Amino acid sequence: MTTLTLDAICIRDLEKSFGEVQVLRGVDFDVERGSIFALLGSNGAGKTTVVKILSTLLAADGGTVTVEGYDVTSDAARVRELISLTGQFAAVDEILTGRENLILMARLRHLKDTRQIAEELLSRFQLADAADRAVATYSGGMRRRLDIAMSLIGDPPVIFLDEPTTGLDPKSRLEVWKSVRELASGGTTVLLTTQYLDEAEQLADRIAILHGGRIIANGTLAELKQLLPPATVEYVEKQPTLEEIFLAIIGEESR
Amino acid sequence: MSTLLATQFVEDTTALTGRSMRHIIRSMDTIITVTIMPIAMMLLFVYVFGGAIESGTDDYVNYLLPGILLITIATGISYTAFRLFTDRQSGIFERFQSMPIARSSVLWAHVLTSVVSNLLSVVIVVGVALLMGFRSSAGLLAWLAVGGILLLFTLALTWIAVLPGLTATTVDGASAFAYPIVFLPFISSAFVPTESMPGPVRAFAEHQPVTSIVNTIRDLFAQQPVGNDIWIAIGWCLALLVVGYALAMRTYHRTLG
Repeated sequence: MTTLTLDAICIRDLEKSFGEVQVLRGVDFDVERGSIFALLGSNGAGKTTVVKILSTLLAADGGTVTVEGYDVTSDAARVRELISLTGQFAAVDEILTGRENLILMARLRHLKDTRQIAEELLSRFQLADAADRAVATYSGGMRRRLDIAMSLIGDPPVIFLDEPTTGLDPKSRLEVWKSVRELASGGTTVLLTTQYLDEAEQLADRIAILHGGRIIANGTLAELKQLLPPATVEYVEKQPTLEEIFLAIIGEESR
Repeated sequence: MSTLLATQFVEDTTALTGRSMRHIIRSMDTIITVTIMPIAMMLLFVYVFGGAIESGTDDYVNYLLPGILLITIATGISYTAFRLFTDRQSGIFERFQSMPIARSSVLWAHVLTSVVSNLLSVVIVVGVALLMGFRSSAGLLAWLAVGGILLLFTLALTWIAVLPGLTATTVDGASAFAYPIVFLPFISSAFVPTESMPGPVRAFAEHQPVTSIVNTIRDLFAQQPVGNDIWIAIGWCLALLVVGYALAMRTYHRTLG
């Protein structure tokens, strides 16, 4: 089923249960082509389930999901040509070197000049010095960068990043953010899931909040801010929470 | 279209087999771990128990080697389950699944890698047996027949090993299934003639796959007529292969949701 649309991703009424547990109870959202879309939610909210359904790894129980107009169930093979998945844990081969990982991906995408492609990505992601070392020796940030570099091979128009910065130190996190911004500026559609509010704030053109199996809010940051009641003037002595301090410090570093 | 798909299957399987072969080459310890137990058993049986065993042949190592080779393969295939399990754990399995590749190539790559690494292990064990005095008058054709039967046996067991690799939830679970298979040669003609066993044990020993395979390889090595055993051996291997392959593929497609 092909639908004429400007949106890279369309999700309507998506439902999915695991046994008795209804994880998704009618999820709806669209992602505009070339934008960064953040799916925000706490642990277990079903973000990964949405990403797995989008990347044809899991079948939905109900609803329709299309990527670039192709249905993820009936046109799964076509969808796989258009997408790239960077899962929650850096899915890299530990025994191979960084270069070999990239060449393997290029071969699986049936590209020519696999060495050339690997070379370019290694320098673009500052991995040239570590190119011929086994990935087992890489730091968490390097692994994640390699992971994202592997996803870019073949220039898929739609990229899913499932919690791309979970478990990374602040510096690596900034590096990943930089890569994501570069991707979107090159016209790639990026759907990322995160549990970090500042990550969504920093990166996303639109933010949707997944809670209780549904999208309970969806809009730009400015629009979401308007959902709060208008500010009333009141004097309250405000003690900063540790989270605010932490986010503020992180924010300092990113500027 | 179908030739295009076939080309893609071959290309993807080649790329992925190259990957898992690198795993084998870079961690030769798996080959060593696989061969050390059968070699130790061979030493133990030849130099410790051998003198007391009435096998009916001059040289006990000649009698023993076929069974030892099957134990080697049974140990080797547990690593296929282990590697498949590790791929699932690391997320790279899902990465491959979300790519535009021939889907069964992911399994075939592991199966082909298993065949090559088991071949390496078998060559090492045969080498040690030669040092221990194993001699065979078998010609090229007989060696090819031995190779063919061992290949069939490896393929059949590997496809069975794919099942725990796809379904296990712990590393131990992924490799534990191999223990009964490793144990099977003990209740067969591999170490002692089945005639020496008490009734029910003998009946089991004579009707399980290992005995016919061991007898066939032994006869081929000794340039004796193989008789009916070779057909029973091939029949067992093919039956296990078909069942293993069918179950593995069914489980695989089910895990894809």
